[in-house]
Amino acid sequence: MTELTAPTLPDEGTRLGARISHAAGQLPPPSARQLRARRRAALMGLLRHALLIGFGLIMLYPLLWMLASSIKPSALIFREPGLIPTEIDMSNYTDGWTALLHPFSTYLLNSGLVVLGSVIGNLVACSMAAYAFARLEFRGRNLWFAIMLMSIMLPIHVVIVPQYVLFSSLQWINTFLPLIVPKLLATDAFFIFLMVQFFRGIPKELDEAARLDGCGHVRIYWRIMLPLALPALATTAIFTFIWTWNDFFSQLIFLTRPDMYTVPVALAAFKDSTGETSWGSLFAMSIVSLIPVFLVFLFGQKYLVKGIATTGIK
Amino acid sequence: MSTTDIPRRADAPARRTRGRTGATRRGDGRAAIIFLAPWFAGLVLITAGPMAASLYLSFTDYDLLTPPTWIGPENYTRMFEDPRFLNALQVTFTYVLVSVPIQLALSLALALILDKGLRALSFYRSIYYLPSLLGGSVAVAILWRQVFGADGLLNQFLALFGIQGEGWVSHPDYALGTLIVLNVWTFGSPMVIFLAGLRQIPQMYYEAASIDGASKVRQFITITVPLLSPIVFFNLVLQVIGSFQSFTQAYVVSGGTGGPADSTMFYTLYLYLKGFGSLDMGYASAMAWFLLLIIGGMTAVNFVASKYWVFYDD
Repeated sequence: MTELTAPTLPDEGTRLGARISHAAGQLPPPSARQLRARRRAALMGLLRHALLIGFGLIMLYPLLWMLASSIKPSALIFREPGLIPTEIDMSNYTDGWTALLHPFSTYLLNSGLVVLGSVIGNLVACSMAAYAFARLEFRGRNLWFAIMLMSIMLPIHVVIVPQYVLFSSLQWINTFLPLIVPKLLATDAFFIFLMVQFFRGIPKELDEAARLDGCGHVRIYWRIMLPLALPALATTAIFTFIWTWNDFFSQLIFLTRPDMYTVPVALAAFKDSTGETSWGSLFAMSIVSLIPVFLVFLFGQKYLVKGIATTGIK
Repeated sequence: MSTTDIPRRADAPARRTRGRTGATRRGDGRAAIIFLAPWFAGLVLITAGPMAASLYLSFTDYDLLTPPTWIGPENYTRMFEDPRFLNALQVTFTYVLVSVPIQLALSLALALILDKGLRALSFYRSIYYLPSLLGGSVAVAILWRQVFGADGLLNQFLALFGIQGEGWVSHPDYALGTLIVLNVWTFGSPMVIFLAGLRQIPQMYYEAASIDGASKVRQFITITVPLLSPIVFFNLVLQVIGSFQSFTQAYVVSGGTGGPADSTMFYTLYLYLKGFGSLDMGYASAMAWFLLLIIGGMTAVNFVASKYWVFYDD
């Protein structure tokens, strides 16, 4: 959020000159022509803001409308395209909360546990692997690194069937282990890559100095690299949170018992079971399911934007 | 890992403590084994092993309950005689080839507008980015189902203008269109990448060009386009790979059927239905490997084609 460019004068034509004189701290008195041009530019700027806000509103309209619809009687959802409900009915939330076999809190808790395990797993395992790739000398490093990079692009579908066979032979179906254990084993190679990039930016002198002071790799990793890599760790945690919270495919496959459902699986089951007769409570629970992601978005924006900008993740 | 006696002499790096000397000559092999252990276990057990297993399974008839029987390449030949598979392929390619270019054009256009030193850039960026975070969730897919339903939000708006809209999600000609709109709606993440890319272009190029009298349009064509082309390429590859694996949207909007009339039968959805619906695991594995081939192929095509239009500034 800090990367706003330096403010430039709105008059595009004389931007360079204006900049130089601005830098010198003495703007020449504007001529009438310049004034007119500047007014026109200001107007254009205003128009652009209006268009951008209008476009943003269209973009967010469905979400805002879902929020508004979640607090009105179901019948109105089919009649009121506006954002302000004419009648407020919070029963969608209470109905939705208990509409399935288990209260919605069960699913929130399940999702929370999966997310927590995944975040911890990715933070620990990926940073360990990243430390090795970024700082250690070992035979075949480039080869292993290339293999790691290739595994980033591997579609999960290629491994899902044997994984299912493996996990069901371990009696892990309908536990959270199939969702968490892979993260503990650093299979989200993408984050390894992200952290390797970050670790490489940390001055080598720091760990060399630590080595002279008798630090081993474990302590260098723990005491020097990790504290310095907090931004990368934050980015990893945030993206792992959002991806895991939204993940549907693997949770749908590994969790089939209603008491183990996570939020997305429960929502999909809810939608299918009600046959779309109760849009109100369906919307209410959808809103509930979006709140955690929205909060993470709100407070983690800096890391999100930096994360995408440097690596191109969603 | 840490050594106890701390070398204090100036030539310390050359003469590490006794225990270390051997390790240093061999590199950090021992430490690397420790740091890479989780990743390596994951690579073998969660990634490479299952990959090999699914390759094997793709040549077998396997239903999870009875041991797999070898049938040679039959699954692969069967795919091309399976009209539903061919349809899924067509649906997915249509989805990718239509939605990705629109999405990228839109994100580039907005990035260019936002890059003009606009105040409140971060505000707009956040608004446009939010849908990218939520777009893959079940909740938004549920919302989409309502918005494009027979008496959904879109038709309520159309009704204001006296237009009687279709039930978009339940019409075979339009259902895929609603998913394309959903994918375009998540243009925020490529936009953020474009914005970061635009920031990398040195301002002095534009200043030099405008001193030489180059118009804005000319500056865009001769400076922005070539210098941004690697980012366009990067986004293109990323979005193609990601879109090809879309699953949640189609699953939720179609109620897990790929309907109406298989018009939203994404590749991954068909794979899921074959593997985990009718337990045709051999066939699903073959589909997964073919998917890997397609994605690899499309990436390769992109890379080869990039030689003709991507400009690298070095």
